[in-house]
Amino acid sequence: MPSLKDLKNRINSVKSTRKITKAMQMVAAAKLRRAQEAAENARPYAERMEAVINALGTSLKESDTAPRLLTGTGAEQTHLLVVMTAERGLCGGFNSSIVKIARYRAEKLKGEGKTVKIITVGKKGREQLRRDLGDHLIGHVDLSDVKRVSYANAREIADDVLARFAAEEFDVATIFYNRFESVISQVPTPQQIIPAPVDEDAAPDALYDYEPSDKAVLEDLLPRSVATQIFAALLENAASEQGARMSAMDNATRNAGDMIDRLTIEYNRSRQAAITKELIEIISGAEAL
Amino acid sequence: MADTMQFDLVSPERKLASVAVTAVRIPGAVGDLTAMPGHAPTITTLRPGIVAAEAADGESRYVVTGGFAEIGAEGVSVLAERGVAVDALTQELYSDMLAEARKAAEGATTETAALLEQTVADMEALAGETGLSAS
Repeated sequence: MPSLKDLKNRINSVKSTRKITKAMQMVAAAKLRRAQEAAENARPYAERMEAVINALGTSLKESDTAPRLLTGTGAEQTHLLVVMTAERGLCGGFNSSIVKIARYRAEKLKGEGKTVKIITVGKKGREQLRRDLGDHLIGHVDLSDVKRVSYANAREIADDVLARFAAEEFDVATIFYNRFESVISQVPTPQQIIPAPVDEDAAPDALYDYEPSDKAVLEDLLPRSVATQIFAALLENAASEQGARMSAMDNATRNAGDMIDRLTIEYNRSRQAAITKELIEIISGAEAL
Repeated sequence: MADTMQFDLVSPERKLASVAVTAVRIPGAVGDLTAMPGHAPTITTLRPGIVAAEAADGESRYVVTGGFAEIGAEGVSVLAERGVAVDALTQELYSDMLAEARKAAEGATTETAALLEQTVADMEALAGETGLSAS
């Protein structure tokens, strides 16, 4: 049976924990709003880019001179997985859910006899993957100094990936990130970026003139499109991270509240028990006289 | 035919401008072109330069680095990797952009060298137009 003093200390410590989680929840909520805005603002660019690539990709796919970013290397032997996670924890299952699907994909590919290479973005994913897939890690991007992801960050990652593609280090590249659906739901999503996926049904009907030529435009656009997709994924990830943290901290705050209630009841009970005991002692002392 | 069309200038991070204009001058990769309402649908890549949009109440000018422009009869969308209003372009920002272009040109392979050097030259030409120094 803990003493009254122990209980009091316990209650105070849980109370300060609750203050911290409450504060973290509110910070995450504010950051979430900004992250969502950023994702929203980036959408028009990505959508236009995708539409043009769909149109061009559909018409050029069959030609022999189509860029390799569109048609691929012709092989599917080596896969590059770009795993995007957060730099910080305390955000529920955010990091582990991405790592889980990435690991599943890696094991599956290995089972098929393919070569797997992994680039991690964000510290948490690297820590978790290093244990069992350490041999496959070929690169890491550290974003811990970055407060708000900018296009330049995405550009750097894209340049790295494109350089590796040019050096024929891999055939297929897939990015893994959490798509933001709502505060309580983030969906871990794999998305293939190289070779560029083309949705033929989405191709617009309008016939465009291309300058300098359709091929040149496509060649110029495909690398940009890789950067744009990575940027979109980073933004979705940032919003998801804050959403996940917000709901995780909301849960933590509520748990701390429940715990305080329980401890307070226990505290009051033992205080009352102590008073009753003293009274009984006094009364039985008086009776004995 | 309508007198105005929709002009959108979009960067990866946000929408920079969305206004009704009468004409837009675009620095296309193979030469400048002016798009007016009713233009044939065209998609062109951009070289670094100035996009000038003429509206009823005056002209607004933006410095853009690479990207592409989608021209249709009803409107023009310019998707620029980086876009800054000419008035907001400081010497510091410009030097940054120039340094970036030069760095890219240095690391170029023989295939891309010509293109990247052209980009640097275009960036330097920009200095004259905006009254900044290229050194």
